[in-house]
Amino acid sequence: MAEKGKKVMVTVRKPPHGSIYVQESIEVMFIFATYEMDLSVVFLDDGVLALHAGQDTKGLGIKGFMASLGALVDWEVTNVYVDRQSLKDRGIAEDAIIAIGKDDDSGAPIRPKVLDTAQIAAMMTGQHSIVSF
Amino acid sequence: MIISILVLEGPYNHEASDSAYNFIQAALAKGHTIRGIFFYDDGVYNATKLMDPPQDDRHISKRWSELGATGIDMVVCIAAAKRRGITNEVLAPNIRISGLGQLASMIHESDRIVTFGD
Repeated sequence: MAEKGKKVMVTVRKPPHGSIYVQESIEVMFIFATYEMDLSVVFLDDGVLALHAGQDTKGLGIKGFMASLGALVDWEVTNVYVDRQSLKDRGIAEDAIIAIGKDDDSGAPIRPKVLDTAQIAAMMTGQHSIVSF
Repeated sequence: MIISILVLEGPYNHEASDSAYNFIQAALAKGHTIRGIFFYDDGVYNATKLMDPPQDDRHISKRWSELGATGIDMVVCIAAAKRRGITNEVLAPNIRISGLGQLASMIHESDRIVTFGD
């Protein structure tokens, strides 16, 4: 039987809206954050498109999840990372990604931390489990 | 090794469900323990007893049900199930509906979680 508080990473690799993968991965993040685990979240590959600012799903007739992503920090999902190369490959500027919350004191937006692929790979090797979406 | 399985795709349309099943059979044959199987996203469709495939094809929910009969914990996510009309009334035997917390528990109690999706 394994101990509590182990390192668990949720990876988001699918593009938003075309499938429910990103939306239901966010529900996993919210639930896992209430459990005793050292949770991290990484957006990479097409998953980084979920962080592109200015998305509006009204025209699609679906609820969308941008508000949920903007509230990750409120739900105590705080270790959130994004792959630099995946952003670059898709022409998304590092400072153009959405905020996932606000700093309590300064009110400054908190954005996912941009990491190099090698840094993410190193983080992955230290995980107990990786749940991939 | 203790392994849990996460299934994210429905039956027949994608191979994920078959791959998960075949992986589990291979793992069991090697002497590993399957702590649980969690069905999420369209994966919840694996659990309906209403499926009735042609007789010369595999019956996917029956196959899962038989695995559940061996004592493996088979859990369907309640939120994903509600979205898709999977209720206790249509659930195949030996499979239960519960919350995402069960996935967290499976992760805690396993050495590995293996995801099968697109």
